[in-house]
Amino acid sequence: MHPEKLKHDFEPKIIAFVCTWCTYAGADLAGTSRMQYPANVRVLKFPCTGRIDPVFILKAFQQGADGVLVSGCHPGDCHYIAGNFHARRRFAAFRKLLEFVGVDLERLQFSWVSAAEGGKWVEVVTDLTEKVRNMGPMTEFKELALEEQWSGTIDTPELKEAYNAI
Amino acid sequence: MSRIGVFVCHCGENISRTVDVERVAAQVGKMPGVAFATDYKYMCSDPGQTLLKKTIQEQKLSHVVVAACSPRMHEKTFRKAVEAAGLNPYLCEMANIREHCSWVHEDKQEATAKAIEIVGMLVERVKKNRVLPTITVPVTKRSLVIGGGIAGIQAALDIADAGHHVVLVERDPSIGGHMAQLSETFPTLDCSQCIMTPKMVDVANHPNITLYSYSEIEQVDGYIGNFQVTIRRKARSVDEDKCTGCGVCMEKCPVKKIPNKFDCNLGMRPAIYVPFPQAVPNTPVIDRDNCIKFKTGKCGLCQKVCGPGAVDYEQEDRLVVEPVGAIVVATGFDLYTIDEKPKGSMIKGYGEFGHGKIPDVIDGMTFERLASASGPTGGKILRPSDGKEPKQIVFIQCIGSRAREKGISYCSKVCCMYTAKHTMLYHHKVHDGQAYVFFMDARTPGKAYDEFWRRSIEEEEAVYIRGMVSRLYQKGDKIVVMGSDIAVGVQVEIEADMVVLATAIQPRTGADSLAQKLGISYDKYNFYSEAHAKLRPVECATAGIYLVGACQGPKDIPDTVSQASAAAAKVMTLFAKDKLEREPIVARVKEAGCVGCFACKKVCAYGAVEEKEIRDRQGNLIKVVAYVNPGVCGGCGTCQATCPSKSVELDGYTDEQIVAMIEAL
Repeated sequence: MHPEKLKHDFEPKIIAFVCTWCTYAGADLAGTSRMQYPANVRVLKFPCTGRIDPVFILKAFQQGADGVLVSGCHPGDCHYIAGNFHARRRFAAFRKLLEFVGVDLERLQFSWVSAAEGGKWVEVVTDLTEKVRNMGPMTEFKELALEEQWSGTIDTPELKEAYNAI
Repeated sequence: MSRIGVFVCHCGENISRTVDVERVAAQVGKMPGVAFATDYKYMCSDPGQTLLKKTIQEQKLSHVVVAACSPRMHEKTFRKAVEAAGLNPYLCEMANIREHCSWVHEDKQEATAKAIEIVGMLVERVKKNRVLPTITVPVTKRSLVIGGGIAGIQAALDIADAGHHVVLVERDPSIGGHMAQLSETFPTLDCSQCIMTPKMVDVANHPNITLYSYSEIEQVDGYIGNFQVTIRRKARSVDEDKCTGCGVCMEKCPVKKIPNKFDCNLGMRPAIYVPFPQAVPNTPVIDRDNCIKFKTGKCGLCQKVCGPGAVDYEQEDRLVVEPVGAIVVATGFDLYTIDEKPKGSMIKGYGEFGHGKIPDVIDGMTFERLASASGPTGGKILRPSDGKEPKQIVFIQCIGSRAREKGISYCSKVCCMYTAKHTMLYHHKVHDGQAYVFFMDARTPGKAYDEFWRRSIEEEEAVYIRGMVSRLYQKGDKIVVMGSDIAVGVQVEIEADMVVLATAIQPRTGADSLAQKLGISYDKYNFYSEAHAKLRPVECATAGIYLVGACQGPKDIPDTVSQASAAAAKVMTLFAKDKLEREPIVARVKEAGCVGCFACKKVCAYGAVEEKEIRDRQGNLIKVVAYVNPGVCGGCGTCQATCPSKSVELDGYTDEQIVAMIEAL
């Protein structure tokens, strides 16, 4: 039995950066167990969370992601000995930077999901999708990206209007 | 311009039920760079792979994307097929539209849209894929076996018999594990020690086995074919080479009253001891916490009486490094200690059933020691409290197991059978006694298992009561056990002389920390995870590491022995090759941009980053850059994310590839 599917006005785009060994395998397990979760998430596989450059998160927001999930092995369980510790430190600092820039940190979620935790993967993805859906679309970066393209040297109202229409 | 071929799999109807595969193929076919797109019923089947190979050649494809199941399932299959068609295998990517899409979504429209996006991401990624050469590494044809119970012993013997050297590491002073403690074994009532001790002796005498007892794994470095394992040989205080095993030291030791763990604390041992008479190696160890010499500096009797002069109070822990190509993990189980809650345990229900408070409430292993001819009572079933023979005995099954609300949801698998065995052993030794068993279900799948269980009821007069015990308390020298017989619907009250609890099987304490050293995954109970539940049951996801026995899940002896031989066969398969191909997912330094800050070296967990000098023609040093040794690199990519000048790249996961995927969204 499945609950009646609700129609929403806004379907957020969630991008998940996950490690191969734990979270990707956990998501596979959720699939094998036929658990259901929102179709909003797109998964990008990395060997390890240690490989995930914070720039990718910015890039994702820039490309129109409304929420980003980073998930790997539990602390101490890294397949590559310590990659997730490096990731944890890196993202602790990166969060501060994002906060400073003005990104709502609620849009960025870090979690540990092991290869045996199919259920947890479903929970994390469902919760984040729900949360971001309530927050609405993330527009800041899209606007910034437009401004970036806007060189500012030819400053005519027509051109501005044209850019705003993009 | 790339000519990408996209193959969308129906997977029977596993994918096509929720994903409109024809639409996916049609949509993807329009994407720039895609030269060919089709869908097929089963891509992994022989005709599917033939289609793939044929199309690559006919369409002159440059890259391939297979949209099917998880790459963890079939990436190897398709890369091999692509290679057979003449393309570099790393120009093939898989889009996971089964585990991550069709199986987890129900709405066909949503799932189809998602599948198109997933395939689109991979199409963009594959465009940036580079030809990667396979890396070959040598194989060290020596194996490490962790754990010297029946699992480890069988695996070690099989590998050693095949002519490969085995290093067997055991935490306790003797090998043998739990099986050496058992009295008889189901379903044949073979004497456990009679079948176990010859194998233990075989291990000790085998020219291909190095046995490190009383030792633990300190550190594991390296990768499949090339592990470096550091083993801590704990100070035994007795020189193994000099000791003859005469046992005089144990006779003369003035400390005599230390509960012996091997006998479930029913028997006593001296401070210098072997856990049991048939121990292998038969070399005593000094229990430094209880030895007078170590506590006060006086005594030293054992050293005085030792003829060969083997006792050495100055001995310290030693670290030994062993190079091995494969690791077999066989660390076994611990029993759920119901009386004592271990630190950090998430399980509720400790202290139930009077265990630890009422002396005659014992666990199954203690009963084994009582029934064992080599046990503290010489094989007589006697109550620990007063040494009397119990005339009414109650066995309670599923203690801890199958109680989800208390933290353990799994079935411990062996308890039904060993309880049936216990009732028989009891009946054989106490002819006028009566055994009662409280049980939820009797689970007896296995060759001759159900017959064995039936025999305990039909011939050995055990009374089985379906239902759990609600209350248990001491009354005089009796233990009153109250429960309900749900089959008949009546309350039962038994005045028992002894109660035996079939406690759950749990992984060894410290199983998680060993897993972390090995880099293998484990579930929430700390049982180690196999690579695939059905098709790769003895392999870990981490290449070169194999699992045997109860460390992977509750298991009986026949299953454990089969698994041990299976793992040994896997190790031999690995050792049949001289060179091993490994994935070329390794980091590479772009020397032009490298400034030699060595931030990468600091974060590398493998020590793969070396310093390389760049000199001009005159031999003047221009700069020092990082160099990644591809043989040592683990392929995590932490260096790349750390590099401030973006001068190191992980092949297969380059920034270009990742950004292409993000931009495809």
